[in-house]
Amino acid sequence: MKSYTLKVYRGEPGHQYYEEFELPLREGENVISALMEIQKNPRNKRQEIVAPVVWEQGCLEEVCGSCSMLVNGYPRQACTALIEKLIEKSGHVVLAPLTKFPLVRDLIVDRSQMFANLKKVRGWIDVDNSKEEGFGPLISQEKQEVIYALSTCMTCGCCSEGCPVVNSKSAFIGPAPISQARLFNANPTGQLMRPARLRALMKEGGISECGNAQNCVEVCPKKIPLTDSIAVIGRDVSVQAIKDLFKISD
Amino acid sequence: MKKEAIVVGGGLAGLSTAMRLAEQGVFVKLISVTQVKRSHSVCAQGGINAALSMKGEDDSPLIHAYDTIKGGDFLANQPPVLEMCLAAPKIIQMMDRFGCPFNRTPSGHLDVRRFGGTLYHRTVFCGASTGQQLLYTLDEQVRRYEVQSLVQKYENHEFVRLVLDGERKARGIVLLNLFNMKLEVLKADVVVVASGGPGLIFRKSTNSTFCTGAANARLFCQGMKYANGEFIQIHPTAIPGRDKLRLISESARGEGGRIWVFGDSSKEIQAPNGKMIPCGETGKKWYFLEEMYPAYGNLVSRDVGAREVLRVCELGLGVDGGMQVYLDVTHLPESTLHKLEAILDIYQKFTGDDPRKVPMKIFPAVHYSMGGAWVDWPAADAADREERFRQMTNISGCFSCGEADYQYHGANRLGANSLLSCIFAGLVTGDESYRYLKSCEKSYHEVSSTYFEEAVKIEERIRKDLLQSQGSENVFLLHEELSDWLVRHVTVKRDNVNLQKTLEKIKEIRERYKKISLADTGRFANQTFFFAHQFSSMLELALVITKGALLRNEFRGSHFKPEFPKRDDANWLKTTVATYDPDEPKISYEAVDLSHLEPELRDYRVAKKSKPEIKNIPKQIRLPL
Repeated sequence: MKSYTLKVYRGEPGHQYYEEFELPLREGENVISALMEIQKNPRNKRQEIVAPVVWEQGCLEEVCGSCSMLVNGYPRQACTALIEKLIEKSGHVVLAPLTKFPLVRDLIVDRSQMFANLKKVRGWIDVDNSKEEGFGPLISQEKQEVIYALSTCMTCGCCSEGCPVVNSKSAFIGPAPISQARLFNANPTGQLMRPARLRALMKEGGISECGNAQNCVEVCPKKIPLTDSIAVIGRDVSVQAIKDLFKISD
Repeated sequence: MKKEAIVVGGGLAGLSTAMRLAEQGVFVKLISVTQVKRSHSVCAQGGINAALSMKGEDDSPLIHAYDTIKGGDFLANQPPVLEMCLAAPKIIQMMDRFGCPFNRTPSGHLDVRRFGGTLYHRTVFCGASTGQQLLYTLDEQVRRYEVQSLVQKYENHEFVRLVLDGERKARGIVLLNLFNMKLEVLKADVVVVASGGPGLIFRKSTNSTFCTGAANARLFCQGMKYANGEFIQIHPTAIPGRDKLRLISESARGEGGRIWVFGDSSKEIQAPNGKMIPCGETGKKWYFLEEMYPAYGNLVSRDVGAREVLRVCELGLGVDGGMQVYLDVTHLPESTLHKLEAILDIYQKFTGDDPRKVPMKIFPAVHYSMGGAWVDWPAADAADREERFRQMTNISGCFSCGEADYQYHGANRLGANSLLSCIFAGLVTGDESYRYLKSCEKSYHEVSSTYFEEAVKIEERIRKDLLQSQGSENVFLLHEELSDWLVRHVTVKRDNVNLQKTLEKIKEIRERYKKISLADTGRFANQTFFFAHQFSSMLELALVITKGALLRNEFRGSHFKPEFPKRDDANWLKTTVATYDPDEPKISYEAVDLSHLEPELRDYRVAKKSKPEIKNIPKQIRLPL
């Protein structure tokens, strides 16, 4: 059987290193099934028994957002990264943890900041009570298409990883929560809280920090139109700022 | 004093409970092995059922209840099913008000599609990622309460033990931090477990890797009753894979997808009416489900679909002679394919083939557990309705809901009923656990701290022993061995000789488990340790599933035993109840509540759109919405 080398940048904060594993190249192998193979038989290329690599995983069908990592330098979901394709394209497979989040161990990082950011932009529809009666407002097919696309965001962190402005020296909230603000503003009930969402994005770390590199839309595994969202919210934030200045209510 | 509750699990059921409790001012501690937004509910694709009668078909919640009870082969207790179906339209309305992006008709109303086991269009959907969208919607609502300090999340934490006081009432839990591996006690007077299904016991399934069943299994070992464990749903259409079996939603067929293989007229197959018929025409496409089940065609219930796919493959008619058949959507118009985009993309990403151009190759896979924690359900008109608590396990103060409970699907679940049962049971649990909290005469503050300390000590010992174990066995290889046996003998087709052998095998693996050693002995995010810890209780659940199957000598729903080819209501119309025993689970049975509908034979060959007779509907039903 053909084999290949899987190189993993692993370790703990302050002590990271590359380790190589020689694995059989089987049909349909992806990064996750390769890591499972290592877990079962954790022997590195030098035939030393080492601690198995640890990583985050969940649905394995690119809908939960768990397995974000750098695969050959590119932020993506590991479950859809097919080994054969990676080798075909670049001749090697190198895994590394995302760099924009605190490292936990090996390929695991702590992405809780992403979820904290959803609180900042009021990422929900305000309803009075779950027991109210009736349907929500009517929504056109066209609008549903837009909302649905925005709503597929898995909070996986790839956009933040790709964004040059998101880093330890900047307070930038990142593309995903901005797009979420657009999502809730687009909903007929959600738009009632639009000014609050926009004001949150006027602050330090808000929309004005975006440097328009457009990497986010490039790396998003769900092809969410993130740059459109940033443009829409950018415009809305400006209008809201003027309204606030002249105390004009919606 | 503020009332407090613990909710284990942040999928649809757990989030529904947490939301409902927070809404009533209860402080909720929400525990999840992952960020709740990543819970397995995201994997549900096709939709959620509710008889809203949007297409002028004269559908009704009573027909929905009839379809569900019949689809479950009459094993489900009928009162909870009836109330779930009655509440379904209001659940959809609630989710719509919360902003769930359901697909729309040109007039802006909710669109519906058809699903298996029914003749009505009653499935509301969001493209082909409905579970993801419903989960996100509830995640957002719970985040609202988090901001109001009514919910505190413990994500990346695993439930490892229930703390019981001297009266065996639930008073808290021990949880394990999955980053720093610290053990911690959480206290509350009610514990809700919404930990999902046990698919990982079979290693490869359509489930997320979180679905080990360990939480339920640990509770079982602590005395919680587990019901109908032997009923494991096999989904007819999944993509075979190395790491998991990815689901291709029933909606592919609901939207017109067809299952076929190339026919071979030299071979014969027994049709559902008992007659032998040729396997189509040689060299031509044979739509075997459509031929054998003309009324429901490709939308027969899941157990029927999975068995027929297996039968056809066993006759050597599978694609390339293997264990796979075609699921074809290539003939569907662009607008229909658009509604299936999420699943078609998945297929293309994992196989490299474009299902818009070539038929998909699929095979059945372990998908869902109808069985789960035994929970109580005093009927609306029961004399002791107020003294008992719906969704409460046999352990006082410990509730269960979602795939983790056994209550709504009988011997087989209909497609698009799982999201519904999760939300419905979650809301009911929210209300009932609140009622329980109000009824508590004393709180955990008055419970001696030794109960909590003892529970932590037990877990500390387990951790120490596992990390120091020096045997020759490898827990991941034991898991492979277990799953090979289970998949071969305890899924689509079962027989007593092999079930008995499997039971012995599981016990043998349990012995060998005592001789494992861990390749990782680290004290930080040690996943080998986490899994080894889960595996010991998973084995107990494997015994429950296997022994339940061994004893049940009949054919009902997902449980198919060719030696006993008929449903046997005289002897087996009863719920299996397993209780823990260190050797093997003790099995007893209890009667099924048949208050509303007489059992009849399931027949998907003929279409019957007549109004079912639902009897004895209590007047005092109070739905959670």
